[in-house]
Amino acid sequence: MNTPRTALPVPGRGGTLLGDHGAGMGHHERRTERSRAWRRFRGYRPGLAGLVIVGLLIVIAIFAAPLAPYEPNGIQTRLRGDAPSREHLLGNDDRGRDVLSRLIYGTRIALIVGLGATAIAVTIGVSIGATAGYFGGKVDFALSRIIDTLMAFPTLALLITLAAVLGPSLVNVIIAIGTTIWASYARIVRADVLSLRERDYVLAARASGAGSTRIIVRHMLPNVLGPVIVLATLGIGSIIILESALSFLGLGIQPPNPSWGGMLSDGRAHIRNYPHIAIAPGVAIGITVLAFNLLGDGLRDALDPRQRG
Amino acid sequence: MLSYVVQRLLQGFVVIFLVSFATFGIMQLAPGSPVDILIGEAQVSQAQIDAIERKWGLDKPWYSQYGTWLSNIATGDFGRSVIRTGMPVSEMLLEAAPVTLRLNALSLTLSILIALPVGILAAVRRHSVFDYISMIGSTLGVALPNFWIALMLIIIFSLKLGWLPSYGTGGWRAYVLPVSVLAAEEMAILARLTRGATLEVLAQDHVNTARAKGLSGRAVMLGHVVRNSLLPIVTVLGYRIAFILSGTIVIETVFSWNGIGRLFIDSIYRLDYQVVQAIVLLLATIVVTANLLTDLAYAYIDPRIRLK
Repeated sequence: MNTPRTALPVPGRGGTLLGDHGAGMGHHERRTERSRAWRRFRGYRPGLAGLVIVGLLIVIAIFAAPLAPYEPNGIQTRLRGDAPSREHLLGNDDRGRDVLSRLIYGTRIALIVGLGATAIAVTIGVSIGATAGYFGGKVDFALSRIIDTLMAFPTLALLITLAAVLGPSLVNVIIAIGTTIWASYARIVRADVLSLRERDYVLAARASGAGSTRIIVRHMLPNVLGPVIVLATLGIGSIIILESALSFLGLGIQPPNPSWGGMLSDGRAHIRNYPHIAIAPGVAIGITVLAFNLLGDGLRDALDPRQRG
Repeated sequence: MLSYVVQRLLQGFVVIFLVSFATFGIMQLAPGSPVDILIGEAQVSQAQIDAIERKWGLDKPWYSQYGTWLSNIATGDFGRSVIRTGMPVSEMLLEAAPVTLRLNALSLTLSILIALPVGILAAVRRHSVFDYISMIGSTLGVALPNFWIALMLIIIFSLKLGWLPSYGTGGWRAYVLPVSVLAAEEMAILARLTRGATLEVLAQDHVNTARAKGLSGRAVMLGHVVRNSLLPIVTVLGYRIAFILSGTIVIETVFSWNGIGRLFIDSIYRLDYQVVQAIVLLLATIVVTANLLTDLAYAYIDPRIRLK
C-alpha cells in the first residue's frame, strides 16, 4: 500500500515542509519551504478542486440557517413524500420535511463530527506515538501492543459497540469515533519520532539540557506534522462515512436531527413509496468524502513528498 | 526464520488476549445489567433477581467473570444468550457463519477477478481513456458509502426493473446485489493498488532488459510484470480483512441476510451483550490471524526475512 515510512533521509532541506525547527532553520528559509509546498499543492488540480469544495462545505455549514429554504425539522404533513418540485428542489421526506434544508443542516453535523473526532484521534495518537517512539524499550513495547490491539478490531464493529455502550448522541459519536481510530496516527508518529531520536540536533538539544517533553514538543513534533496533517485530511472522509453508517443503523445522531446517515435510514424505511428521499444524502456524503480525499492527496504531494504515489 | 515465526505467534496471542480483555471491559461499561434488561418491566422480587444473578454468575466480581468467560471460550463455549433465553452463543454463531462466509468469499473473489485485470490494463495503458474512467470509478467507489450504493441498486434493480430481490438469501438472484455492493469498495481499492504496483514494476530495469532481449509484449507482461506486481497485492489482501468484515455488518443488515453481521447488529439492539462480546472477539481474532498469516507468508516469500 504505502511505502514503509522508516528512517529515510528526506531529500532537500532537512525534514518535512513545516520546517525542521530543530535544525535551526531561519525564518526566511522556512517561508521559502512553505511557498514551495504551496506551489507543489497548486500543481495538483484535483487537490485544488478538493480545497474549493471543502471551503464551500464549511460556508454551507456555518451559514446553514440563512441558506436553508425551510426549517430542517418543520413537518408539513400534506407534503409527505412529495417528489422534487420548484418549491422543494429535492422533494420532501416521509414526514413532509424539506430534504434540501435537512441536507444543508446535515453538512454541519458531518463537519463537526469529522473535525471533532479527528481532533481527539490526533491528540491521543500523537501523544501515544511520540511517547512510544521517544522512550522506546518497555514503554514502546507496551504502547505498541495497545496500538496492535486497537488495530485488530474491525473499526465498525468496535465503533458500534462503543456507541451502543455510551448511548447515542452527537458528543458520544465524536468520542466513540475519536477513540476508535487514533491508532494509525500513533503508528506514523511513533515511526517518525523513532527515526528522529538519533538525529544530531536532538542529541544537541539533549546535551544542552532540554527535557524530554521539550525535545518532543519543540524539536520532534514539528517534523512529523506534515504526515499527520495529510493523514488527518484523508481520515475525515472515512470518519464521515463511519458517522453516516452509525446513524444509518440508528446508533449515531438521533432523529429528528438532520444527519446524512439518519436521512438515508429514513430513505431505506420508505424506499418503496418515496425512493427519492435516499438519493440526495448519499450524493452529499460522496461529494464531501471525495473533496477531503482529493485535498488530502494534494496535501500529501505538498507536505510529504516521500509518500507521493 | 523460526525465531521470527515464534515471535510473531507470541505477539498474536498477546494481542488476542488484550482484545478479549478490552472487549470484556467495554461490555462492563454498558449501562444496566443483563438482569435488568431480561426482566424489563416485570415485577420481580429481590430474591428472584439474586437467583438469576447467581445462575449466570453475575454476582461474582468482574475478574472472576472474565476468567470464567475466557476459560470457557478456550473450550469452545461462548456462553449463553441471556436475552434469547439461554440459547448457546456458539450455536448462534455456527448458524450465522456460513451465510457471512459465502457472502464474503463471493464478493472477494468477484472484486479480485475484476480489479486485477482492470488495474493492470490501466497501468499498461496509462493516461488512456480506459485508465481515466477506471480510476474515476475507483475514486467514486471509495468515496460513496456502500449502504447508499446498496439502496440505489435496490431502487433500480428491485423496485423499478423488478429483476432482483431486495432482501433474503433465496436463489442466486438474491446474491447479485449484496455480493456486488460488498465487492465494489474492495474492487475500487484493489484496482488502484494493482495499477500503482504495476506502474512501479513497469519502470524497473528487468522489464526493460526483457524487452531489449526481444521478448514479446505478452511474455514480458506475464513473465515479468504481472507476477511481480501481484505480490504486494496478495499481501495487502490479508490486511484488508478488517475492512471487509466492517462492510459485511452493514450490508447484511441492509439486505436482511442472517449472517454474523446482522446477528451482531440485532444483538446490539437487544442489548444481548453475551452475543455482542463473542462476535467482537471472533471478528478481532479473525483479523489478527489473517494479519499473522500474511506476515508469515510475506516472510516466507521475502528471502531477507526467511534466511535470517
